[in-house]
Amino acid sequence: MFLINCPYCGERDQSEFSAGGEAHIVRPKQPTELSDDKWAEFLFMRKNIKGVQLERWNHTHGCRKWFNMARDTSNDKIHAVYKMGEKPPIK
Amino acid sequence: MQIMKNKYSIFSLIKNAFSYHENWQRAWRDPEPKKEYEAIIVGGGGHGLATAFYLAKKHNMKNIAVVEKGWIGGGNTGRNTTIIRSNYLWDASAGLYDHALKIWEGLSQELNYNVMFSQRGVMNLAHNLQDVRDLKRRTHANRLNGIDAVWLNTEQVKKFCPIINTSPDIRYPVLGGTLQRRAGTARHDAVAWGYARGADEMGVDIIQNCEVKGIKRNGDSVEGIETTKGFIKSNKIGVVAAGHSSVIAGMVDLRLPLESKPLQALVSEPVKPIIDTVVMSNAVHAYVSQSDKGELVIGAGTDAYVSYTQRGSHDVVEGTLKAILELYPIFSRMKMLRQWGGIVDICPDASPIISKTHIKGLYFNCGWGTGGFKATPGSGDLFAHTIANNEPHKLNADFNINRFVSGDLVDEHGAAAVAH
Repeated sequence: MFLINCPYCGERDQSEFSAGGEAHIVRPKQPTELSDDKWAEFLFMRKNIKGVQLERWNHTHGCRKWFNMARDTSNDKIHAVYKMGEKPPIK
Repeated sequence: MQIMKNKYSIFSLIKNAFSYHENWQRAWRDPEPKKEYEAIIVGGGGHGLATAFYLAKKHNMKNIAVVEKGWIGGGNTGRNTTIIRSNYLWDASAGLYDHALKIWEGLSQELNYNVMFSQRGVMNLAHNLQDVRDLKRRTHANRLNGIDAVWLNTEQVKKFCPIINTSPDIRYPVLGGTLQRRAGTARHDAVAWGYARGADEMGVDIIQNCEVKGIKRNGDSVEGIETTKGFIKSNKIGVVAAGHSSVIAGMVDLRLPLESKPLQALVSEPVKPIIDTVVMSNAVHAYVSQSDKGELVIGAGTDAYVSYTQRGSHDVVEGTLKAILELYPIFSRMKMLRQWGGIVDICPDASPIISKTHIKGLYFNCGWGTGGFKATPGSGDLFAHTIANNEPHKLNADFNINRFVSGDLVDEHGAAAVAH
């Protein structure tokens, strides 16, 4: 449980938000030509990082907008919040 | 190397009472790692220790090490709500979990260690029409698989566990439930200690405070592990690292279909016996049993985001306790004593992975999610079989990593009698 600084609404309780999992997983451009391995990679395989992870969040009980976050999963500290379409501020 | 252990019995208890219990034999050694092992198990929880135990006992491998970052049983083995059941919907899961339940039934004798296995029954409640349909379907599926299961109507639920509020005017009324009488609980610490003692007796080196830092590869096979206690050579490595499975897999650039999330549990102050079974409730996500010490043992849900902090959020606990109070008004003035979290690795289909990998000699046993404790003996037995034969046993053949490529999932999400 922590506070999240929504880029649209400001600082709110984490319980107002929904986690959308790992960010920057691009939907395959040509799904019909994708191998089963690549589908599995896209659908199921995750980095599941212990450390700073880039992830998507939605302010479900607020503005309902999606945004990205760089959060350290080992201590839940948030290092950066950035809007959809923006480049991650940290690698 | 065989290390003779004194047998635990009523006589050894009396004998040791005369020396004020100060001369009990060590239950397991604290060895330094050897240079090389036939097999190394990464992770000294229940599943890892059971794997080493069955490798030594059934597959005649004697030169085995279990390496553990912390202390044995200090992870999810000592953090769960100790529920054991096998009433899963799909055939593959039913086979897997009932295999474990059958081993549980003789485990204290097998280990000469009282794991306090208590077949007090597990009851799953239905709170809406869909629950009723799903649970009845599961009851039929269970019975076709030879697993005991009965459907109880509301009056029978009330009779089996009188403290449940079955009034029709609560927010989610009890419309019935299923009961597996062979299900129950066990003492979780004793499971780790019993397997550790048993494995140690057969010469397994249990190496604690030894963190794996890397896995050494030679082409497409493994050569050993880099640890905080140096390099240990082995060409068979079985990883049973629960919430940290992805971290270990990352060392060989292997991606797993896992997300690690905190799962919480809490216990109340101890009270006199009030609930003599385990009651689980999927729709409102609350389950409760009572430990032998008298504490209510309550399981909450997972946090919905990836985290490796062994805590979990307060609002999750609050939601669970609201449901508990609605169902058991008698608990309204109980005080909760302790709350904790464990990191569970959840697969997209809520079923585990007990599998070979594309790297020769590297095996993974992970993805047990929120319900791994119940499977401990079966998981260890089948993982040992997989490692020893380099082939899965027929009971864990469906639980391979490739199912995420083939699409042949064992989808227990929502079917497994508990929300994940």
